[in-house]
Amino acid sequence: MNVTSIAPAIELKGISKAFGPVQANKDISIRVMPGTIHGIIGENGAGKSTLMSILYGFYKADKGEIFIGGQKTTIPDSQAAIAAGIGMVFQHFKLVENFTVLENIVLGAEDSGLLKPSLKRARAELKSLADEYGLNVEPDAVIEDIGVGMQQRVEILKALYRKADILILDEPTGVLTPAEADQLFRILGRLKEEGKTIILITHKLREIMDITDTVSVMRRGEMTATVKTVDTSPPELAELMVGRKVLLQVDKKPAEPGEVILDVKDLNVTDDKGVHRVKGISFQVRAGEILGIAGVAGNGQSELLEVLGGYENGTGTITVSGEEIDLTGAHSDGQSRRARGIAHVPEDRQREGLIMDYAAWENTAFGYHHDPKYQRGILMDNAAIKQDTEEKMGRFDVRPPDPKLAAKNFSGGNQQKIVLAREIERNPDLLLIGQPTRGVDIGAIEFIHQQIVALRDQGKAILLVSVELEEILSLSDRIAVMFDGRIMGERMPDATDEKELGLLMAGMTKGAA
Amino acid sequence: MDVLPRWAEVVLVPLISLVLALALSMIVIAAIGEDPFNALKIMANAALGSTQGIGYTLYYATNFIFTGLAVAVAFHARLFNIGGEGQAMLGGLGVATVCLYLPLPHWTIALVVATLASAVFGAAWAAIPAYLQARRGSHIVITTIMFNFIAAGLLIYILREVMKPEGSMEPASQKFAESTHLPSFFDMAQLFGWEAFASAPANITFFVALAACYVIWRLIWHTRLGYEIRALGHSETAAKYAGIDPVKLTMIALLISGGLAGMMAINNVLGEAERLVLNATEGAGFIGIAVALMGRNHPVGIIIAAILFGMLYQGGAVLAQDTKIPVQMVIVIQALVIMFTGALDNMVRAPLERFFLSTRKRA
Repeated sequence: MNVTSIAPAIELKGISKAFGPVQANKDISIRVMPGTIHGIIGENGAGKSTLMSILYGFYKADKGEIFIGGQKTTIPDSQAAIAAGIGMVFQHFKLVENFTVLENIVLGAEDSGLLKPSLKRARAELKSLADEYGLNVEPDAVIEDIGVGMQQRVEILKALYRKADILILDEPTGVLTPAEADQLFRILGRLKEEGKTIILITHKLREIMDITDTVSVMRRGEMTATVKTVDTSPPELAELMVGRKVLLQVDKKPAEPGEVILDVKDLNVTDDKGVHRVKGISFQVRAGEILGIAGVAGNGQSELLEVLGGYENGTGTITVSGEEIDLTGAHSDGQSRRARGIAHVPEDRQREGLIMDYAAWENTAFGYHHDPKYQRGILMDNAAIKQDTEEKMGRFDVRPPDPKLAAKNFSGGNQQKIVLAREIERNPDLLLIGQPTRGVDIGAIEFIHQQIVALRDQGKAILLVSVELEEILSLSDRIAVMFDGRIMGERMPDATDEKELGLLMAGMTKGAA
Repeated sequence: MDVLPRWAEVVLVPLISLVLALALSMIVIAAIGEDPFNALKIMANAALGSTQGIGYTLYYATNFIFTGLAVAVAFHARLFNIGGEGQAMLGGLGVATVCLYLPLPHWTIALVVATLASAVFGAAWAAIPAYLQARRGSHIVITTIMFNFIAAGLLIYILREVMKPEGSMEPASQKFAESTHLPSFFDMAQLFGWEAFASAPANITFFVALAACYVIWRLIWHTRLGYEIRALGHSETAAKYAGIDPVKLTMIALLISGGLAGMMAINNVLGEAERLVLNATEGAGFIGIAVALMGRNHPVGIIIAAILFGMLYQGGAVLAQDTKIPVQMVIVIQALVIMFTGALDNMVRAPLERFFLSTRKRA
């Protein structure tokens, strides 16, 4: 095939974009041929999202040109992007929760002021799209009643309904089970066969290797390489992303479990809306071991952490180092838990673990602000906290090591290190840690994993909750899988694989368990 | 990274807003056929031209410092206390109650007792909306506004039926005992043999207000309570994670806020009127919102903004007196300043941010 005779579906030439002193995109050029899947991989803050936002008309590039199908195009807003045939599936879906699938697809693309004819036409269109690409959805289902996998298909259909030829997907598998992710990839494969062009933004090396034809690597706003996927390997991509060799596997000795530290018996949690989130689970974590809880987000893991962390009520019995802890009432709060030697790195550091507008030093005292060493009479000893923060930042390699900088100005990985330093250096008996590397760059992942293993080797009990199966498999000494508020089974990491765990995560026990 | 340097944030944004408001005011004055520069001169002269004028300016400023601090403390917990007016009215009731019914042999005792009473009454008035917000989720903006009306009604009732001296036609309490008279700036100046501030209402409460600013600054940025209040304001989910009780902190923040608003009564009721009259607060509770916004909820900013609004009040009063400019027009000017410095912040900020970005790029 003579490649030069076909115009690229998308070509970017010399795109640059700065936000104040930060050069988010520096002279970026890529060509994506029609009917291919192009991966863009890079750490957080490498400029992937900025680049896609320029392509979708959210930002205007300072410099550079965009060609769609060989035509020079300007994209001042998202309407123009849609008109140019670009569809975007965001990481966080933009769907109206209490509308039906059909209403969401039509929303913003109505034919006229009257809704009925639009809906009728859309229903027919939807059916043909579904047949063509294997995108099955129930048009009259309400969004809040359908699963995330289905919601994502609605997003894709929305784009196709608007005649998109180029689909951009931003971290599409973050919320999916492995099975759902596989299904998504089959759909993307089908779209590709039908001549659509797909740009996949991800930080997961495996996805890049599995599905893309070509891959571009971004680092610090620059495009460091564009290669054919078949010609590269995960270690090479990781090195291109980070700029140095990275250890992708966690190096750890076998666990030496000691006495039982955390003993959970028949724990039930019902949330504010009356939904039964955790349904009678029991498990133990011993000193010197990491128990990994796998599961798709939203199957009760968050509530489990919240009860253990003291900010959600539950029923059942939980003992820590042999002593029962209160699950409701005045002694069931974060302060009491910390006093009992429980440290907690929460799943969502931006909403829970940190106050984003607080300086790093203020965040270092967060939750421990009653500690006598942070007080001077009736006042807080701000100088002592700053001093402590500076030392912690040094030990955990937080960059920049500036205690006065607000948390929101650190990268995801450095924010996580601030939380980790605060919690780990309390020398807890039990560490609760949720999604330790979500939104964290590869270089920092390595460091964070080492810290968790080091704490285990000091004989601490660790409860790890993660939706990343790779992380669960490489860190855990034992794995429990949660589905619909229950523990579906426990496995040893060397006696299981992603496939088996994936089935458990989807609620299938294969008659075993 | 913050786009604006701190000095621009704190000084430049309010200053440009103020200049814009004044420019617009001058156009309005010109439009009704008066000389805008003359009007500006009269206002400036009235507010700052004599020790008497300054005495008035600082008297108003004292009111605004208390109500501004009240709004600011609540705002650090992301609670919008619009009820400063009603809380200040109740503070006045507290002052009047202790001054009329307790024997207070010396002004120092009167000052301490009245301060406590005003704070307790103001806090008590804030306590009901606070409880409804913290426990029941009733929106504080709605409840505090409604409580302003209830306070006004309550005061009318009490002044007509309870505190009005026998035989008097005016809905006001009788004068407080001579022993409760707070030293005015005039009295204090005389101690040093300086004849100044004649008949100006500014009094020792101004220094109480400054002390309150210092205490609040310490409280918000140097105590655990302030740390928890700010944490709650920034993120309730994070506060819960840290073991901070949102219900308790909401109550505490609003009680402090109500207490501060109530303390304004030391100035206008005990310091100036020396009795309780109808509508003693004269809208200072609402000005406090603008003062807090303009002062960026920081005590130093609040002092500056309060003095500025004090000048505007005093200047406006004299302007209405000395020119043909109707008093309604003076209110328009005050409203313009409030609108520009308080509500239209982003209008000034956005272009300024673009300007700073472009200078930084070149650097």
